[in-house]
Amino acid sequence: MSSKTVREPLLHIVKRDEIPAKKAMVLRIVAFLLALIAGGLFMLSIGCNPIEVYQTIIVGCFRSNMAIQATVKIMIPLVIAALGVSLAFKMRFWNIGAEGQIIMGGVFASYFALFHSDWPHWVLVIVMFLAGALGGAIWAYIPTFCKVRFNTNETLFTLMLNYIAYYIICFLRDGPWCDPNSPGFAKIATFDDNATLDKVLGVHSGWIIAIILLVAVFIYMNYTKQGYELAVVGGSSATATYAGMNVKKIMIRTMLISGGICGIGGMIQATGADATLSVGVAGGVGFTAIIIAWMASLDPRIILIISALFAILEKGSRVVESNMGISADSSAVLQGIILFFIMGCEFFFRYKFQGRAKKGSE
Amino acid sequence: MDMLIKFVVAAVVAATPILYGTLGEIMNERVGHINLGVEGMMSMGACAGFMVGYITDNLFLALVAAFAAGAVGALLYAFLTVTLMANQNVVGLTLTIFGVAIANFVGFYMISRSATKSLKLPENITSALGSIKIPLLGDIPVLGQVLFQYNIFVYLGVIIAILMAVYFYKTKTGLNVRAIGENPGAADAAGIRVTKWKYINIVIGGGITGIGGAFTAMITAGGVWISDCVGGLGWIAVALVIFASWKPVNAIWGSLVFGIFRILKYYVPKNVPVPIAIYDMLPFLVTAIVLVANSIKQRKDNAQPASCGINYFREER
Amino acid sequence: MGNESYAIECRGITKRFGTVLANDNINLAVRKGEILALLGENGAGKTTLMNMLSGIYHPDAGQIFIDGNQVSINSPNDASDLGIGMIHQHFKLVDVYTAAENIILGTSGKLKNKKLLKEEITELSDRYGFNIDPDKRIYDMSVSEKQTVEIMKVLYRGANILILDEPTAVLTPQETERLFVILRRMKEQGNAIIIITHKLNEVMAISDRVTILRKGRSVETVNTSETNEKHLTELMVGCAVDLLIECPEMDNKEKVLELYHVSVINPDGSRALNDVSFDIRSGEVLGIVGVAGSGQKELCETIAGLIKPNEGTMLYRKEDIVGKTPAEIIKMGIFMSFVPEDRLGMGLVSGMGMTDNMLLKKYNDNKGIFVDRKPAKELADRLVSKLGIMTPDTDTPVRMLSGGNVQKVLIGREIESNPNVLITAYPVRGLDINSSYMVYDLINFQKMKGAAIVYVGEDLDVMRLLSDRILVLCAGEVVGIVDPKKVTKEDIGLMMAGKKLAEGVGAYEQ
Repeated sequence: MSSKTVREPLLHIVKRDEIPAKKAMVLRIVAFLLALIAGGLFMLSIGCNPIEVYQTIIVGCFRSNMAIQATVKIMIPLVIAALGVSLAFKMRFWNIGAEGQIIMGGVFASYFALFHSDWPHWVLVIVMFLAGALGGAIWAYIPTFCKVRFNTNETLFTLMLNYIAYYIICFLRDGPWCDPNSPGFAKIATFDDNATLDKVLGVHSGWIIAIILLVAVFIYMNYTKQGYELAVVGGSSATATYAGMNVKKIMIRTMLISGGICGIGGMIQATGADATLSVGVAGGVGFTAIIIAWMASLDPRIILIISALFAILEKGSRVVESNMGISADSSAVLQGIILFFIMGCEFFFRYKFQGRAKKGSE
Repeated sequence: MDMLIKFVVAAVVAATPILYGTLGEIMNERVGHINLGVEGMMSMGACAGFMVGYITDNLFLALVAAFAAGAVGALLYAFLTVTLMANQNVVGLTLTIFGVAIANFVGFYMISRSATKSLKLPENITSALGSIKIPLLGDIPVLGQVLFQYNIFVYLGVIIAILMAVYFYKTKTGLNVRAIGENPGAADAAGIRVTKWKYINIVIGGGITGIGGAFTAMITAGGVWISDCVGGLGWIAVALVIFASWKPVNAIWGSLVFGIFRILKYYVPKNVPVPIAIYDMLPFLVTAIVLVANSIKQRKDNAQPASCGINYFREER
Repeated sequence: MGNESYAIECRGITKRFGTVLANDNINLAVRKGEILALLGENGAGKTTLMNMLSGIYHPDAGQIFIDGNQVSINSPNDASDLGIGMIHQHFKLVDVYTAAENIILGTSGKLKNKKLLKEEITELSDRYGFNIDPDKRIYDMSVSEKQTVEIMKVLYRGANILILDEPTAVLTPQETERLFVILRRMKEQGNAIIIITHKLNEVMAISDRVTILRKGRSVETVNTSETNEKHLTELMVGCAVDLLIECPEMDNKEKVLELYHVSVINPDGSRALNDVSFDIRSGEVLGIVGVAGSGQKELCETIAGLIKPNEGTMLYRKEDIVGKTPAEIIKMGIFMSFVPEDRLGMGLVSGMGMTDNMLLKKYNDNKGIFVDRKPAKELADRLVSKLGIMTPDTDTPVRMLSGGNVQKVLIGREIESNPNVLITAYPVRGLDINSSYMVYDLINFQKMKGAAIVYVGEDLDVMRLLSDRILVLCAGEVVGIVDPKKVTKEDIGLMMAGKKLAEGVGAYEQ
């Protein structure tokens, strides 16, 4: 047995010194541009002019006040849910349950919208707001309790709870809350005007709540003791214990807030955007929010930017559909491509490929 | 009796696409990758299978295309999570968004180019998709109807499940591959090529998932292309993986249970006061209960493979 | 060609990590049917050497011969093909698999049927005297059973050169004895065995020859029958270096904390600490030494209130503090600081900058719901200039700093909080000489301010100069508390191996 040759992969992954935040941002932007090019190639392949498409998207979003308002309306739930999710993720709690928490927020708020629409407007709005937060918080509490108590896998459990929540709406729609006056398909009645959010600058006032929440979450995460605690727990729960923190308590508290915020998002969708409780109250926002929060590195400011980007894509693609005859699904296709590129580029923040390494230079 | 036979047959048909999705996801999770892109890969498979069938009128080519499309989606996932070590949940969700969208997008595009503004599978292929009566066995009264008169997908799905069980539990490769999902560091130390096997399993799993998608497009929808034809079955499949405790054989009967849940609402007498939504909720509710119960009992053998969700990097021991 | 009578031979092995010379021209050889002990202190280069034999690292220089033929080992698979089997300290087993499944994992060939496999494994067991149920799952096994499975794993692969990295560190004395029986039987079967250890009694009990490593060099190889523990200790620790560490004598020492009969039981039922009694005094450094894993970690964490002892009491001014939370302890007037061993796992948050890490124990000091970062920032800046911490700024995540700088961040924070009890575990590990001296000065400074200091260390020369008293731990028990000025380094080394000194020798006078 003498010296033998081994097959060695051509490229070899090694850790590198982490690159600074600024450079990381540049890399992300490069990835974004590459994604636009890749998306463009895709459009070319089906015989569309990508420049025209991109132009239509941008123009479509900003061509009129109404277009801008529509874009903002898409953005509101994305921002709110992403804020909620980012608190959980900061703590390394893989809450995939934003969708369900949004729904339950909507359900709880809708109860008051449907059955107490005679209350004074502001009282009702505040009650609905609190009910929405409570609904989301309860839906977040269940998996958190099981995680803390039995170490139940939170990713899978929150995922299941999304669909349980979804069918709770279906149940309410088909039975107890069914609008008897609705012709054909069962649906829940449209809310009384008194039970819907007021419009400010042409958009339901949910955008104001979103901005307040954004600022609040930013402050909470960066400047409060509780925010500091949750960051320590996320960083290392052993260190948190070392510092005398009650890890379980912090986990539950944070998840109540996280779920509560998502629940507020649901309340805003139901009472602001839809003026009813539809089964699509969350409509995938909870999932998109997870992606947005992750892309934004859990930074509320960047969440705002990325949510705007997603909203623009979505609104713009509707214009593309009507103007150019391409399916509005192009928006999600583009989103997907962009996300794949950005996620791929994050690899280069921490690792690099090395050619056939000189042995022993470990 | 007839009613019961019809019920079982309907349940089996409802179970089939979930079975494929579940088997595909088991392949993923067994190597430690939770892939939330099942819905997306199914959609990609649905679209590719349907369109190729529509154009070529050849069932075999359609199935190959469905497999290939699912596999391509999975390859993308594998590249991002295995090689580039991106977050599995986020990549999976993105794959779902992307896959569903691209299927609808292509469907829209094809419809807009067709003369009739609708897409219907040609004769040859629909007849090939009809029930196949297994000679002799299919003639047995009742049992023959319940077990041996299905379309090709059903048989194929059960065969894949059994083959997969043999692969995981009766071969050395399967033993090695499962070790990757449990403890990639130990597998690596034992000389198993972790990255290679992760890719192989994830990609084949994606392909199987894609075939399940083709079922929804070609059979459930009656041979006409409709948007969102997978309609959330991918998520039921993810739930079923837990319910089946990550075992392919359990997936067979598990999918039957979930299939029954899916069709129960059509068969329960009108005077039973259970709302329809509850039937639809059952797969998720039951899975959640199983999940919590297993965590309370701390069942290690019925748990998710231990390395699920955590990407493996050798130098980070 | 190498010498054919050796199963494995290393000549002039050299390995450099950056500027550190981990292995410097090391020679080592084992015959078939022989047990070689590789002896050395922590950081002497034992593990690096073994990692080169098992294909994890590649030497910068030197040759390796197997049965007299020169080989190149590029991966763990190469090592395995050459018949080298390594039993790591941290087991690499699949928890939900049975012993049999783990043993055949990754081997070539088809999956044999259960019966055949069982026979094969039983045969292996019989040959070496293992006692393992092939169908038992790993998660149901004790540590020593797991280790047996690891050994069977390499034997099943046909290894005839076995390397065991500190195999007894996790075993009880009885289990150790059983392991030795197995090792002797393997030796009779003609295997070559290298056992890495720093426990002298075990070296004497099991090995045929001993190779001693010191500071990356192979100092000497001796026949076990021609040596004794004292001689080995001398070879291992080398002659004393002149160190300039002060040990200021303080008056009015006062007992701050008293531990009585404290025991800590591991989840697996073994005792991490067994009936430990001692006291900690203000104005004094209590050095704690012992071979790795003798209970140092548990002792520190118990004192710091992170582990609740299963038995015994801990008194502070005659009041039992067992079971009190850190917050309650602080209220009683004990300001405890703790520099744990695993800094980035416990003690610091790797993703946070220096400023935020300074906040860890102080963030609750001010009133209100907001964190006041100003004092933390000032402290961070002060530490940067005082300890010469190299960081782009105080908000750069600490995981991006070098090991030595991470160390300084933690030590700096803990010392700056003016504790009256300071617990430090290996505070100079990974630091250069100058930084080490800085740490010693900081510790002495705290001592002169009246703090009671517990210093867990490994360099006996330093320990002897720095400590007022030295407590020696072995297998979770206190072997003795000695006055470092009255004992030799060799005495301490013997105590670390569990040998009590003669009555009265070196005793600390109150």
